[in-house]
Amino acid sequence: MYTFKQHSVLPGFNLALGFTLLYLSLIVLIPLSAAFVRTAALTWPEFWNAVTTPRVIASYRLTFGASFAAALVNAVFGLLVAWVLVRYRFPGKKLVDALVDLPFALPTAVAGIALTALYAGNGWVGQYFEPLGIKIAFTPIGVFVALTFIGLPFVVRTVQPVLEDIESELEEAAATLGANRLQTFLRVIFPTLLPALMTGFALAFARAIGEYGSVIFIAGNMPMVSEITPLLIITKLEQYDYAGATALAVVMLVISFVMLLIINLLQWWSRRRSALA
Amino acid sequence: MTAIALPVSPLAHRARPTEEPVWVRWTLIGLAFTFLTLFLFVPLISVFYEALKKGWEVYIAAITEPDAVSAIQLTLTAAAIAVPLNLIFGIAAAWAIAKFEFLGKNLLTTLIDLPFSVSPVVSGLIYVLIFGLQGWLGPWLAEHDIKVIFAVPGIVLATIFVTVPFIARELIPLMQSQGTEEEEAAVVLGANGWQIFFRVTLPNVKWGLLYGTILCNARAMGEFGAVSVVSGHIRGSTNTLPLHVEILYNEYNFAAAFAVASLLAMLALVTLALKTIIESKNIQNDKGKNR
Repeated sequence: MYTFKQHSVLPGFNLALGFTLLYLSLIVLIPLSAAFVRTAALTWPEFWNAVTTPRVIASYRLTFGASFAAALVNAVFGLLVAWVLVRYRFPGKKLVDALVDLPFALPTAVAGIALTALYAGNGWVGQYFEPLGIKIAFTPIGVFVALTFIGLPFVVRTVQPVLEDIESELEEAAATLGANRLQTFLRVIFPTLLPALMTGFALAFARAIGEYGSVIFIAGNMPMVSEITPLLIITKLEQYDYAGATALAVVMLVISFVMLLIINLLQWWSRRRSALA
Repeated sequence: MTAIALPVSPLAHRARPTEEPVWVRWTLIGLAFTFLTLFLFVPLISVFYEALKKGWEVYIAAITEPDAVSAIQLTLTAAAIAVPLNLIFGIAAAWAIAKFEFLGKNLLTTLIDLPFSVSPVVSGLIYVLIFGLQGWLGPWLAEHDIKVIFAVPGIVLATIFVTVPFIARELIPLMQSQGTEEEEAAVVLGANGWQIFFRVTLPNVKWGLLYGTILCNARAMGEFGAVSVVSGHIRGSTNTLPLHVEILYNEYNFAAAFAVASLLAMLALVTLALKTIIESKNIQNDKGKNR
């Protein structure tokens, strides 16, 4: 028998599912579809022209480049932070563990102005880079800094639980068989962590692509140089170029959906890996 | 009498072949700290430093001037509407998904997560496309003199959108892991649906529920991008706290901008503190159950 729902003695299914679908449709699905419907009013060449002007291409390059670099740095240092938090004892560990989630809790505008003040030429951190000829705030490097902050918790929080669950027997076996610590890490621990690490990377990358609040303060927002795609959508909107803004939004949405799919696949891989282990 | 007392020490310390040399350990801890200091601790401290740099009077003046107060009120209003609605949604969605088996469940779970993967700017834009003057409902709304975009309703809608998944995604895995046996027992004992929920399910998930609500609230009060698109930035009327920070900052009124920002930073710190407390409660609960 092929049925929509398996039998259950519990009440409330229709009410709960009905409300869920209604709410989700009204708040999320219908509004999102508006972007696609509005874009459908454009012909294909019009759409293509709107999303491939040199200024837009430059914004893609910055958005994706900086997001990728930030996610990569977060993968390396997120793994390091997760490792240190799980494996070692040091004073203040609980506080550090709690503060890792700060980028999730701190409003992006606050992060934006704080990072700008720090990494500007006269800021606490920026003043040490200025003599070296490195400008951070108001350049693409500033975008990278903001996106690194935003993505910081993702890798730590995906890798941490997997690292906690690794059986010490595996490492003991490796040690018994003559592996040194580095070999054990590279051949035994790292492969176990890889799915979680990649999930964290993808989450940080996806978050960074759409990020707006923290970036606009530190970026300087110069067209062709330090202008991210979400900002370009707002610029177009302010010029009443609704078609152009919507076309760009559709590009961003499609990329979001692809990232969501990739993240779901990675999580599935991750779960399967930990189920086998 | 012979000694019958067992040694109290839990585990005899044994040397582990699976530990790094001390210098490696401290190097790694040092590297992690350097990274966290540059990207996390210093930005946090700088918010409060910049806010108080010009003294308490400037600070107090910045957060008590009428525009700031109206921004605080609007932020609280938006959160007061968005959080309860998403709480009801989260409970309904988790009840359907965690307690029943039906077709398309995975798809529904993914759809609930959608707002997390959509750029905040796009989240705001889609409401402009519907309610804006050139939008689907724009002409009708204008005819009836109802303002959604560049007004409070738009801000509330955008806030709801970006915070939809928080409570649901916290509750779903939690309620799934608890299964349905307890609820089924309640049915057998003659409880009705609401009794089951309030007496059986809710006590089991209360910490998770609180956790999701706190995170939802933090995001609702701190949302910037989506709200920025639909707000219109009218001072004293459609300005939320994060938007007020932006306006002050762009006017080079840094001390005031950081003063208002410090309120939001304190909200973040309170959120993290509550989160840590709830997590430790959860761990205690789990341990209690397993024993």
